[in-house]
Amino acid sequence: MKKKLLGIFLAATMAVGMLAGCGGAASDSSDSSDTASTTEDSGDSGASGDTISIGFAQVGHESDWRTASTKSCQDVFSEANGYDLSFVDCDNDSAAQLEAVRSFIEQDVDYIIIDPIVSTGWDTVLTECEDAGIPVIVIDRTIEDSDKYTAWVGSNFKTEGLAAGEWLKAYAESKGISEINYLTIAGSTGASAQIGRSEGFDEIAEANGWNKLDEQDGDFTEDGGQSIMESYCKSYEGKFNVVVCQNDNEAFGAMTAMDNAGITYGLDGDVILISFDACTAGLEQVKARKITADFECNPLAAPFVEEVIKKLEAGESVEKEIFMEEHWYALTDAIVDFSIDGEAQTMTEVTDDVIDAQY
Amino acid sequence: MNKNKTLWQKIKAWPLLLPIVCLLLVMAVNIIYDASLGNNPFSFFKITLQTTTSNGTIFYGRIIDILNRGSEAAILALGMTLVVSSSAGTDISVGSVMSLSASVCCMLLAGYGVTSTSELAVPLVVGLLGALVVGSLCGAFNGFLVAHLKIQPMVATLILFTAARAIGLLVCNDMIVYVRNDSYGFFGSFLGPIPTPIVITAICIAVLSIALNKTALGTYIQSVGINSKASRIAGLNSKTIIFLTYVLCGFFAAIAGIMQSSRITSADSNNIGLYMELDAILAVALGGNSLGGGKFNLAGSIIGAYTIQAITTTLYALGVSTSQAPVYKAVIVIIIVAIQAPPIQAYVRKKAAAKNAVKEVA
Repeated sequence: MKKKLLGIFLAATMAVGMLAGCGGAASDSSDSSDTASTTEDSGDSGASGDTISIGFAQVGHESDWRTASTKSCQDVFSEANGYDLSFVDCDNDSAAQLEAVRSFIEQDVDYIIIDPIVSTGWDTVLTECEDAGIPVIVIDRTIEDSDKYTAWVGSNFKTEGLAAGEWLKAYAESKGISEINYLTIAGSTGASAQIGRSEGFDEIAEANGWNKLDEQDGDFTEDGGQSIMESYCKSYEGKFNVVVCQNDNEAFGAMTAMDNAGITYGLDGDVILISFDACTAGLEQVKARKITADFECNPLAAPFVEEVIKKLEAGESVEKEIFMEEHWYALTDAIVDFSIDGEAQTMTEVTDDVIDAQY
Repeated sequence: MNKNKTLWQKIKAWPLLLPIVCLLLVMAVNIIYDASLGNNPFSFFKITLQTTTSNGTIFYGRIIDILNRGSEAAILALGMTLVVSSSAGTDISVGSVMSLSASVCCMLLAGYGVTSTSELAVPLVVGLLGALVVGSLCGAFNGFLVAHLKIQPMVATLILFTAARAIGLLVCNDMIVYVRNDSYGFFGSFLGPIPTPIVITAICIAVLSIALNKTALGTYIQSVGINSKASRIAGLNSKTIIFLTYVLCGFFAAIAGIMQSSRITSADSNNIGLYMELDAILAVALGGNSLGGGKFNLAGSIIGAYTIQAITTTLYALGVSTSQAPVYKAVIVIIIVAIQAPPIQAYVRKKAAAKNAVKEVA
């Protein structure tokens, strides 16, 4: 009996082990095959001298946004475009990311792209890159403790916040709304997106004397947005006319909570709903007149990185900090002219084509 | 007079007294807060009927929020109470199992690899059954390790604590799977004017209470928890009973998982059930149950679960920043647990006895 039980247990643990191991094992094997294929390819490229070899150490694959970022790089740096990309998915493991960068140095790639998982601990490895004469381009997240990279390409979260604020000002004027009482459902406290978006929006709010009722942390999740909004609806019943959600998922949650509180929102409702990210699902809600305006956080860094690489190839100098162009989405009724620091902005109207093209 | 005294003594000896008092104390904070602001002191307790466009007329108020949002913790607490009682250990995998069950459910409903759908790929019942089966299997795995291989419960359930959420991500292809369909959203929205989670929780509590009280199951579980060897000699199959409690715990985790995922009509594997195992264990402890196994009080655990939610909702109502809320929550929990701690209980009883003695002498 005991032996039989032991047998069953061993079989069960093996099965579970295999299941659980799948994720790690799969990415490991793809890593090694990537590395192997690159070694071959970079030999080729060295011989022909035409293709540009690039190593990309990506954070992982935790969200739709991240997947879009990866796909953008794979599309732009394709063989057809004259590139040889070796891609490593680091699965949110910063040690693995350092390893990946070192292997790129060994392969002697022409350029290295890093989306740093952590912002510190980069000086040594970046010095190695510098010694090897390989330019490093950092995308999305930032590196704090070293400046030995060539350029950084990413979003300016504060500009996103400023855009939302300036848009609201212009929109409120066009609708004849004189008093603005707003509630913020923030992202995870301390995340750079949360800090930037709050800072930008609150700056405009203070300048215009808007009344900020509350800001609570919704953790960038739908459940978080829903439970915070549920409480807001009771605490500030009838006192607010603007809700700012710092990503689309929080906005979806806030929508359910407002539905259940009998509060109307969006283009045809009492409450102006502002959201950030502008993922496909978010734009669909803009189209459905539920989200009044959505401010993009562009995941498609690759075209900007390609520009940098082209400049470097031509021997030109590049700027150290490059902010990506981002779009502000709304339907025609909510499209108004506004400017950030005197720079006029154009808004994009949400149509089915725009939604299909979005990540 | 004499009769009254015995009634008072009965109340004092009632095991649910302290958990209920704690719950009421937490909610009383709101009366003081509202009164100090000059509002209606009982606005926290107000339940109104609200007309909505999406769900018709519904009950609306903070008390409804507590009952609604506390549903997951209450359901988990049911299973956790049984596990604690039978095996003198805790199942720390319930949060991850919630996430896995929700992922399996949404994956079946949307079809593998599909990230967003408004049409169900399979009948709703298939998705729900799939989730319940997966949850029960996880429970069976835990139960097998604990009951038959005698692995310490915390170590045994640690395996799925780490693995289940990852398997869930794998099932969902590392994406959030959206099932934007009203029939799936039902489990997180409303049944008539009442939030469906409240109804589901009530059904779970009723069915389990009947099963425990009308059959000998409740007594069996307690006797195994008090002394599994003696129970075996008395003719009870201790292993099967411990195994069964873990299966039930996994089953309830699956129900809670479906509920939480239905609220957001999607499977967010990274966040569903996050830290819920801690709430479930805390609920059992707040309910005045010993984590050392043996005798248990199901009603206590349920009150404990709603107490935790009452704290959260109260902190929301007070406008405490969500990032600092855990600190206040911890302070309140320490006070509640300390009130129920045996040395403090003994001290209070001694004081009371001394007072009585003085009275009698006088």
